[in-house]
Amino acid sequence: MLRFILRRLLQMVLAFFGTTLIVYALMFAGQGDPIQALAGERPVTAAQRAYLTEKFHLDATGVGGFFYRYFDYLKNLLQGDLGQSLTGRQIGDILAAAWPVTVKLALIAMAVTIVFGVTAGVIAGIRRAGIFDNATLVLTLLVLGIPTIVLAPLAQYLLGVRWQLFPPTAGADPDLYALLLPGIVLGSLSLATALRLTRTSVAENLRADYVRTARSKGLVKRRIVGVHVLRNSLIPVVTFLGVELGNLMSGAIITEGVFNIPGVGFNLFRGIRTEDGPLVVGIVSVLVVVYLVSNLVVDVLYAVLDPRIRYE
Amino acid sequence: MSDFETVAATENQAARRGPSGEPGAPDQVGVPRKPRSLAGDAWRDLRRKPIFWISLFLVVLVAAMAAVPALFTANDPRDCVLSRQHAGPSGGAIFGYDFQGCDTYARAVYGARASLLVGALSALFTGLIALTVGMLAGYFGRWVDALLSRVIDIVLGIPLLLAAIVLLKRVSTSSDNVRLFAVIFVLAVLGWTTAARVVRSSVITAKGQDYVAAARMLGAGNGRIMWRHILPNALAPAIVVLTIALGSFIAAEATLSFLGIGLKAPTISWGIDIDAGRVHMREAATPLVVPSAFLALTVLAFIMLGDAIRDAFDPKLR
Amino acid sequence: MSQPAVQPVPASPTPEGGHLLEVRDLHVEFRTGEGVAKVINGVSYHLDAGETLAVLGESGSGKSVTAQAIMGILDTPPAHVRAGQIRYRGRDLLGQSEEQRRQVRGKEIAMIFQDALSALNPVFPVGWQVGETLRQREGMSRADARARTVELMDLVRIPAAASRLGDYPHQFSGGMRQRVMIAMALALNPKVLIADEPTTALDVTVQAQIMDLLADLRRDLDMAMILITHDLGVVAGVADRIAVMYAGRIVEHADVRSLYRAPAHPYTKGLLESIPRLDVRGQALSTIKGLPPNLMRIPSGCPFHPRCPYVQQVCVDVVPHDLVLGDGRTSACHFAQEVHDDSAR
Repeated sequence: MLRFILRRLLQMVLAFFGTTLIVYALMFAGQGDPIQALAGERPVTAAQRAYLTEKFHLDATGVGGFFYRYFDYLKNLLQGDLGQSLTGRQIGDILAAAWPVTVKLALIAMAVTIVFGVTAGVIAGIRRAGIFDNATLVLTLLVLGIPTIVLAPLAQYLLGVRWQLFPPTAGADPDLYALLLPGIVLGSLSLATALRLTRTSVAENLRADYVRTARSKGLVKRRIVGVHVLRNSLIPVVTFLGVELGNLMSGAIITEGVFNIPGVGFNLFRGIRTEDGPLVVGIVSVLVVVYLVSNLVVDVLYAVLDPRIRYE
Repeated sequence: MSDFETVAATENQAARRGPSGEPGAPDQVGVPRKPRSLAGDAWRDLRRKPIFWISLFLVVLVAAMAAVPALFTANDPRDCVLSRQHAGPSGGAIFGYDFQGCDTYARAVYGARASLLVGALSALFTGLIALTVGMLAGYFGRWVDALLSRVIDIVLGIPLLLAAIVLLKRVSTSSDNVRLFAVIFVLAVLGWTTAARVVRSSVITAKGQDYVAAARMLGAGNGRIMWRHILPNALAPAIVVLTIALGSFIAAEATLSFLGIGLKAPTISWGIDIDAGRVHMREAATPLVVPSAFLALTVLAFIMLGDAIRDAFDPKLR
Repeated sequence: MSQPAVQPVPASPTPEGGHLLEVRDLHVEFRTGEGVAKVINGVSYHLDAGETLAVLGESGSGKSVTAQAIMGILDTPPAHVRAGQIRYRGRDLLGQSEEQRRQVRGKEIAMIFQDALSALNPVFPVGWQVGETLRQREGMSRADARARTVELMDLVRIPAAASRLGDYPHQFSGGMRQRVMIAMALALNPKVLIADEPTTALDVTVQAQIMDLLADLRRDLDMAMILITHDLGVVAGVADRIAVMYAGRIVEHADVRSLYRAPAHPYTKGLLESIPRLDVRGQALSTIKGLPPNLMRIPSGCPFHPRCPYVQQVCVDVVPHDLVLGDGRTSACHFAQEVHDDSAR
C-alpha cells in the first residue's frame, strides 16, 4: 500500500513538472513581446512593464534564460507567491477570498450528484429495462447533450428571472440558497454521468457469480444488494466522483461567470475577459495543481476500495 | 453408420437455415446467423430506431444550413440597425431582433457554419491523430505502445478548458482565420485521446485474427497489413467515437467563444450570441433562447446519432 | 440489520419410503428475446441420506440448471420453472415462499461452484465471507464467528488458517480458493452438498486433492452429495450412483459399477469410449459425432437421434420412455437392451 502511494506520488511530481512546463512554455516561449502577450490588447504602463520584467525575469534570454525563468516561476508557485494581477492586487489574496466560495459550490454540486445521481443509478441498475430505467436513460442523454453555456443561462433566465424561484445572481457574499441553483446546474453533468456509470455497474455486478454464491448462502436480498453488490458497484463510481470533484473546482468557470459567484472560476472568467495575463496564468497554475492532487487522491482511494489493486 | 451421418447432416443444414427454410431470413429465433455481417445487423437494428432518424435529420438540416444559409433566411445577419433593438418579429425575422438590432434567426442560421466547420475539422484531425497513434501503439506493441500509452495518459490528464485558455490566449490578437484554425488545433490536440484508445484496442483485437496471420504468411508487409486488413476493422468504432466527439467539439467551440477566447465578432458563432443574449436576458429572452436551442439541438443530434450507432454495433453496452 | 430468528428446522426423519431429496419431472425453460429454450425437460432423480449421486453431462445438458433450481437461485427471468416438484424431506420446495426457501439454502442444502475466483466476492476478506454466513444466519457474534471460521478452514485443510482470515480471494491459489468455498458451504452443517463442477477450473493434481477432501468431508460429516461434472474420470472413485443427462433429460441412471461395466444408453456408451484407457492398447479413441442440440430446437423423438449410431425411424418419431433394466437402472433408449448387451460383450 505504501509503495503504491509512493509510486503514485512520484508519478504526480513528474506530471506536475510536465504540465507546469507546458503551461509556462505556452505563455512565454517564442513571443515577440511577452509583456504585451500577458496584457493582450491593453496598453501597458512603464511601471507595469518594469514589474513584469522583474517578476518573470524577462531580461534573461535564450533556452537557459527560459529554464531559469521557469524554475523561478515554479519556486514562486510552490511558495504560494503568485504575484500581482494587472489590477495591482495580489493573486494569492484574490484566490484566498475565492476558494471558500468555489469549494462550497463544488460541494453542493457533489451532494446533488450523489443524492440524485447515485441513488437513481442504483434503482435504474436494479430495475434494468423498466420504465424508470428508460426514462433516466433519455433524461441523462439530454443533460449530457446540452452544453453548460446553454444550461446555465437558461436556468438563470427561467428559474431566476422568469419564475423567480431562485436568486438569479449570487453577488458578493453568497449564502447557501443563492448557491443552490448554480450548484444544481454545475452538478447536472456529473449527475448524469454518475447515474449512467452507477446503473451499468450495478446491473453488471447483479449478474456476477458472487451474487449467486451470496444467494446460496441464504442471505436476504437486501443484504446481497446492499452489501455485496453495492460495495463492488461503487468502486468505479467513487473513483469517478473523486475525479469529478477536481473537475468541479476547476470547471466552474462558466457557471460562476454566469451566476456572478465570486469564486475561482469567476476570477478566471474575469481575467480572460479583461485580458489580465498574470491573473490567468496564476489561477491556471494553481488549478492544474489542484487537478493533479485530486487525481492522486482518487488513485489512492481506488486502491483503498479495491483490494485487487492494493496488493498488485 | 451412414444413416446416422445423413440424418446429422440434414439436421445441421436445417439448423443453419432456420424454421422457415429461408437462408439468412431476418430475426430467426435461436438460429446461428452466420451469413449476416455485423454492419448488416447494425443497420437492421438502426433502421427501426426513431431516435436515429430524428438525429440524422437534424444533422442533415444543420449541415444544409452551414452549406447554404441563404436557403433558410433571406436576411443578412450582419445587417444590424440599432433602431430595431429588441424589435418583434417582422419581414422574415421570425424571432425578432437582438440588442444590436440584428435578425436573431438569421444569425442563428449563419452561426451553423462556424460551429460545423470547427466540429468537422476538429473531428477530422482528431481522427487522423487517433488512427495514427492507435494504429502504431496497437500494431507494434512493446515499447511503442508503452510510450504512446503514456503520452495518451498525460494528454488525458490535461484539463481541456484550462489548456485551451492558455493556448488560445496566444492568438487573441490574430486575424479571424488564424483564430478559427487555432480553435480547431486546440480541440484536435487535446481531444484525440479517447478515440486513440478505442482504435488501439480494436487494432489489438484485429491483429490476433487468423486472417491477419494468413496475410502475413502470404508475405504481406506491415504497411499493407495495417492498411488493408487492420484499418477497416478499427474504422467503425473510431467513426462512432468521432461522431460523438464532433458534438462535443461543437459545444467546446461555443464555450470558448462564449468565454471570449474562441471566435470573435465579426465571425458569427452561437457561443458569442448566447453570451450577448445572456447579458440582456431581462429585456428580451429570444436572442438568448434561439442560439441556445440551435446549439443544444445540434450537439444533441450528434451525440444521439453516435449513441444509436454504437448501440447498434454493440448491443452488450446497453 | 435485524434478522428473522433462525427457525429450527424440525429434524423430521425422512418420511417413510421417501427420499431425502427428490426431483420429480422438472421442467425449466429460459425465455429470452431470441425465443424459448427448453433447458430441463422432465428430469427426475433422487438422493438418499449419506450417498453421493453424480450427475454427468456436457455443458448445456441442464445439470447445473437442475442444481440451481434445487437451490432456488435461478435467475428469474429468464429462467422459469414450468412444472415439476423438488421434494426435500417430503416437502415440495417449489411450493414454498421465498423466505422459506432462503432458510433451506446453506442450512439444509449448500452449494459450491466451478470457478471459486469469481464465485467469491473480490472485495471482502475470505474470513469475513465465511463468517458472514454464521453471523447472518446463526446470529453469531463477531468473535464466535471468527473462531468457527478458523475451525472450518482447518477442516478443509487450509494451512495456517487463522493467519489467512484477512486475505482476499485473489491472494489464494486456485485449490485454496475452492477450499474456502467448501468451508463456506459447510458453515451451517448442511445435509446435502451440491458440488457444481468443483474441480473443472483446477490443475489435475489439485483436482484429486479436492475430490479426496470432498469425499472425506461427506463421510465425516454424514452429508449426502450431488456431484455435477462432465468428467467421467472424476466420478468413478467417489459416486454411488450416476445420472447421465442429455438435452435436459436423464438418459441413463445406474449405480456406478454396472454403468461402467455395461452402459445401456448409446450416449453413455459414447462417453465411456471417449475416455483414454490405459488397459486397452492399439485402439483408436472414439468420439461422439456432431454437436449438442440447440435447446430452442430440440430434435424430435429421442433428442440424441442425430448423433446416435443406433438410430432407427422410431427414434425420430417417438420420444423414448425410461426402460427399466433390472437392479434399478433405467435407460431412455428404444434399444436400451441391445446397447447394454453390446457393451457387456
